[in-house]
Amino acid sequence: MTTSMYASTDYKQNPHKRAYAKQNMWTGILFGLGIVAFIDEVAFHQLLHWHHFYDKSTTDIGLVSDGLFHAFSFIATIGASFLLADLHRRHAFWLKRWVGGILLGAGVFQLYDGIIQHKWMRLHQIRYGVDILPYDLGWNILAALMILVGAILIYQTNHERGG
Amino acid sequence: MHTHDHYSAASLQILIAFPFILLFVFYLVAVGLSNRKKRSWPVYRIVVWSFGILCAILSLIGPISNLAHTNFSAHMIGHVLLGMVAPLLMALGAPITLLLRTINVHIARRLTAILRSRPLHFVQHPIIASLLNVGGLWMLYTTDLFPMMHENMLLYVIIHVHIFLAGYVFTISIIYVDLTPIRKSYLYRSVVFLFALAGHSVLSKYIYANPPIGVAKDQAELGSMIMYYGGDTVEVGLVSILFYQWYKKSSPIFINGKEAFTINNDKKFTVVGTDIEEVKRLNANAGMSYRELNEWFARQQSKAQTSTKKR
Repeated sequence: MTTSMYASTDYKQNPHKRAYAKQNMWTGILFGLGIVAFIDEVAFHQLLHWHHFYDKSTTDIGLVSDGLFHAFSFIATIGASFLLADLHRRHAFWLKRWVGGILLGAGVFQLYDGIIQHKWMRLHQIRYGVDILPYDLGWNILAALMILVGAILIYQTNHERGG
Repeated sequence: MHTHDHYSAASLQILIAFPFILLFVFYLVAVGLSNRKKRSWPVYRIVVWSFGILCAILSLIGPISNLAHTNFSAHMIGHVLLGMVAPLLMALGAPITLLLRTINVHIARRLTAILRSRPLHFVQHPIIASLLNVGGLWMLYTTDLFPMMHENMLLYVIIHVHIFLAGYVFTISIIYVDLTPIRKSYLYRSVVFLFALAGHSVLSKYIYANPPIGVAKDQAELGSMIMYYGGDTVEVGLVSILFYQWYKKSSPIFINGKEAFTINNDKKFTVVGTDIEEVKRLNANAGMSYRELNEWFARQQSKAQTSTKKR
């Protein structure tokens, strides 16, 4: 992940990326949020059947939060895809910043899901019938790592000459 | 007694499905009329309109509707078809635009005046339309309304008409394919849509745990999931259309390979930079158009002719 790699190849292809730095970041963040929610739904709800559609201990605020984030994830994924297409047609795509945004968005959502929704609102647990602690630790540490790497990438591109 | 019940149920089904059959026929007649005079009406609009009508009718007559009284899953499938799929497909058929192309100018002007009237303006506001749509569903499934609906025939009709109309108005308040008196920004509509979809998701999970009166627990659970995932599927289509319209509209203009930045103050400009609203404003004050002037002139001449003949 060296800066020179991106800066040299991207520079000629995407001359407008500096002007669209903000859109690159937000496109990534929205896509990250959406894609994590999508993986959560497909992998953990539908394929593994670890998560439950509804848990008896779900609080009302948990239900509202789940509904909002569920709706938001759909809109964010589709919206981010169109924003990405928009960046490409403007020759303003910035891979490194976009990836940074994805990791940041994905990490924030997963941390929110893992701590606020699973633990505080008791929406549902990661898996049932097992010792939950290693799952919770793995889930939230992975989330924190994604936030960290994402934030570093965004920070680096803030100070980098994009062209 | 049983046969009487059955008879009234069948006639009830036909009664509420009949308007849709009429709408289908009217649409085809209007396409025929308008194609004789004007540029031919897009085939895909006829296709989506027909499928929209089909979805509405499927939910109102036949097996789904018959089962809906006893089976909550069937009821939910009917609800998704009538309140979500049919309105979306029918709105894409742009019926008002087609109607305005078919009828003569004077009636068309009166019609657009009605469409711009205050009550219709009011319900087409995205927030009001969302409240009518999702709020209506909350009322239906969390109060006594749901068991009452199956006992009272009039209530049954009103609720089904409401589900369809609220779904239709909601659709056209979010995506603009037809004549639209109110225009809100893409961001505004996306945010309203977010809350409406969230309200729908929350209600479907709420039904999972709190079945409507008279619905068994296992049926409520299955019905709830149909509402949750069925709703998602339709809304993905709706929001994709919304963002695609944004994508097309916000297409950048390149001048000598460099992007031209336009000042965005919600004014609509053509490619060459004409302010459309300003032209319309000037046109409104400009008096008679060329064609209107010709017509007026012809009338004056014929008047003059008849008066000379009398003499």
